[in-house]
Amino acid sequence: MTDNSARNDAVPRESLHEWLMSDRPRSRRQASFGRAYGAWRTFSRNRLAILGLLIVIGLVLTAVFANVLAPYSPYIGDLRTTRLLPPSAAHWFGTDDQGRDILSRIIFGSRITLFVVILVAILAAPIGLAVGTVAGYAGGLLDAALMRITDIFLAFPRLILALAFVAALGPGIENAVLAIAITSWPPYARIARAETLTIRRTDYIAAVQLIGASPWRIVWRHIMPLCLSSVIVRVTLDMAGIILTAAGLGFLGLGAQPPMPEWGAMIANGRLYVLDHWWVAAAPGAAIFVVSLAFNLLGDGMRDALDPKAAK
Amino acid sequence: MSLEASPSPAPMLVVDDLRVSFPNRDGGRTEAVRGVSFTLGRERLGIVGESGSGKTQTGRAILGLTAPEGRVSARRLAFNDVDLLHCTPRQRRELRGGRIAMVLQDPKFSLNPVMCIGDQIVETLRAHTRLAAREARARAIAALRSVQIDNPERVYKLYPHEVSGGMGQRAMIAMMLIANPDLLIADEPTSALDVTVQLQVLAVLDALVVRRGMGLIFVSHDLRLVSSFCDRILVMYAGRVVEEVSARGLAEARHPYTRGLLNCLPKLGANRHPLPTLDRRPEWAL
Amino acid sequence: MDPGPPQRDPIPADVRGDLRLLRASNVLGRFLVVILLTYVGLLAVTFFIGRVIPIDPVLAIVGDRAPEHVVARVREELGLNKPLWEQFYIYVSKVLQGDFGTSVLTSNPVMQDIRRAFPATFELATLGIVIGAGIGVPLGVWAAVRRGGVVDQVVRVMGLIGYSIPIFWLGLMALVVFYARLGWVAGPGRIDVVYEYTLVSVTGLLLLDTARAGEWQAFANAMSHLILPASLLGYFSLAYISRMTRSFMLNELAQEYVVAARAKGLSETRIIWRHALRNAMVPLVTVIALSYGGLLEGSVLTETVFAWPGLGLYLTNSLQNADMNAVLGATIVVGSIFIGLNLLADLLYQTLDPRTRAIKRAR
Repeated sequence: MTDNSARNDAVPRESLHEWLMSDRPRSRRQASFGRAYGAWRTFSRNRLAILGLLIVIGLVLTAVFANVLAPYSPYIGDLRTTRLLPPSAAHWFGTDDQGRDILSRIIFGSRITLFVVILVAILAAPIGLAVGTVAGYAGGLLDAALMRITDIFLAFPRLILALAFVAALGPGIENAVLAIAITSWPPYARIARAETLTIRRTDYIAAVQLIGASPWRIVWRHIMPLCLSSVIVRVTLDMAGIILTAAGLGFLGLGAQPPMPEWGAMIANGRLYVLDHWWVAAAPGAAIFVVSLAFNLLGDGMRDALDPKAAK
Repeated sequence: MSLEASPSPAPMLVVDDLRVSFPNRDGGRTEAVRGVSFTLGRERLGIVGESGSGKTQTGRAILGLTAPEGRVSARRLAFNDVDLLHCTPRQRRELRGGRIAMVLQDPKFSLNPVMCIGDQIVETLRAHTRLAAREARARAIAALRSVQIDNPERVYKLYPHEVSGGMGQRAMIAMMLIANPDLLIADEPTSALDVTVQLQVLAVLDALVVRRGMGLIFVSHDLRLVSSFCDRILVMYAGRVVEEVSARGLAEARHPYTRGLLNCLPKLGANRHPLPTLDRRPEWAL
Repeated sequence: MDPGPPQRDPIPADVRGDLRLLRASNVLGRFLVVILLTYVGLLAVTFFIGRVIPIDPVLAIVGDRAPEHVVARVREELGLNKPLWEQFYIYVSKVLQGDFGTSVLTSNPVMQDIRRAFPATFELATLGIVIGAGIGVPLGVWAAVRRGGVVDQVVRVMGLIGYSIPIFWLGLMALVVFYARLGWVAGPGRIDVVYEYTLVSVTGLLLLDTARAGEWQAFANAMSHLILPASLLGYFSLAYISRMTRSFMLNELAQEYVVAARAKGLSETRIIWRHALRNAMVPLVTVIALSYGGLLEGSVLTETVFAWPGLGLYLTNSLQNADMNAVLGATIVVGSIFIGLNLLADLLYQTLDPRTRAIKRAR
């Protein structure tokens, strides 16, 4: 490695790339931008992860521009002429038993999928983060109590617990989201707690404590931000599971109610006709598969970029 | 402790321009061993160097234990006239443990944690000889006794984590020498042990090597230890041999790196301010 | 004569026996406390779901078409006028006696229904895990040994697919292909109607029952019904187990004791199976035990697709009919099995790893 210390400091203008990759950042902002840039470079070298990212972006765009993209209405079908048509140029994925174009239903269904994913993430991640950091930092009885509760939830299979909650709350997309969120936060709490335990012993936390910061401030301003990246990676990796659980609930009729074009419910609908009209169930399942796969690839890429030790 | 051994007419081990390289992060290759050459008879050779000097990789290359992504090449690498680089894998494997053995550094990691010690010793024996189970067991117990373990029947049944470091290392020595190899490569055999235990293990090693007339390559970072234990010393730096001296002629070593190492050895009663350090010159790495 | 420092004497055998017993009971005691707490928590959650969440718990249990005297009776049974913790106490004591209440749909005690449905799920999940571990472990070992090779890529891809594909959809498509189009396997249901009424059901496990009775045609028929859903579940556990095996094996193959084993001149086969895998088995057995639990979860959806009359189908039917007692009863049963599997996994880990078995040296 060449020794740069002798180089003249008054180099005229370094490019943005050099500024970001510098070994000696001159400000905190430069350091944090530099780190993000470094992570991005590792991430972008992973082609599958980029593919995942593109598909997820595609999902978002499809949901936003569903009105424009869908060739037909997702709710209205002509029972006389367009019932159970196989895939063709006019209907790329065919039509269902009510004469509705399946492609359009899938496009509009992306909104529901996105809705579920975002809401569950917004609900479950903060709860998990809060429980984990508080438990890890407080220690003692509070830690033990919170971890007991976390373990109880972890002792349940996620789908079954979600089913039980929906049974009590009643079917519907909001209840499904709530049920999934309730069953999703424990792993995040575990991760946050593990990270907190490592961070708790560091010198800079000791320094902040010496200055006299209250525990809440320490947890909120210092510990939580450090746990954030692990939790975000885990949430992204989890999203595939969340989508599959939501689809499972929809398949059982417990998610979005008809006529909403939820992908799981579409498969349940198609199941009645699948032996002779396979396409009714095929396309929604393929959509679920592609989107889950995208989140998995994206999550894998993020994990490899942010924590190289975890990469195999 | 060292013997004056006259080198036999045909050297047991011939190493000529050995090179070991590994892929690095930029896509190229880094050479860990860059052209090491020496011969070895039934004598004791010490290889001294700091971390990263390539001494461990040299030992592993001789045994064929380089990691799969590493590449080994040499003008000649031969043991008792067997060309190590071009023999069949099966031949190589038969040599390992049977004719050439290696003792690793830390018994905490180099012993299989889920097998009892006795079974691991028997394993070596059965890999190289045909013996009935009972006979093999008896030989294993005898081997444990030969490394100064007092209650070999009990230790036979113990698991590696149940014995102390010194005992584990002695068990490892027993394990590696039980098939009567001609050459032993000891890779930092005492570095993981307490100082008091080191001497004990070294004594065991010494006795065995003398009794069997084995050749020994002693790899270490401890110059003083090597000089008291071996006949000849190779000093390695950055993958190359920078000096080769006899143990007795160490004080007259000429290479600045060796002189620097000698200078850094603590001397009781000497008043040294500031403490001497090693001034590494870039030309040594060329 | 030996000038070296005195060796540390291993603990004499009789003392060691006592210490082992003491430590075992200590460990067992800790386990039981944890299990108990978790179980109570499980019941608390189901109690919460059943009594606290619904606006009218009685209506949730009997449905809105029940006659007035039934409503009154249930209200009395539940003791809704009593304080909440007392209700919980009654609830727990009933559950521990196996009384999950009565099913609205079948009018049977829920426990009876569950007992009838359970063997079907057990048969399915067990065959699934046999496929998953039986194929998954060797596959994972192969992928680790030939890293970067074809099998390695296959394991990666299978893992990705397994984490991304909806199990009920894959089951449906598999039915279309293997049953409707190719006719290789039988359709939904456990066994053809022809055999259903002549079969004497002893264990509830059709494969065992038919083999016992020597009814080989029925056996073959049951197998042809079982193979597709079991393979489906097997695929999912295979995807997970093979990835974990690969990961654990890679970890072990990088350890120093593997280098030492090579230095001893052992054959590569022996090193892989007797050294590396034997060590990897320690965490792997835990993974397999927990994977079995995952299969129970997967069977909920699989049984719906294949009309398999097991616990999963029972659960979803009860859900769709708002049969609260049945839903919670099934949930408790599955939850209990999960807790049991966790316990089993912990015990296996302790048994397989001699380091955790050992007595800590007396201070």
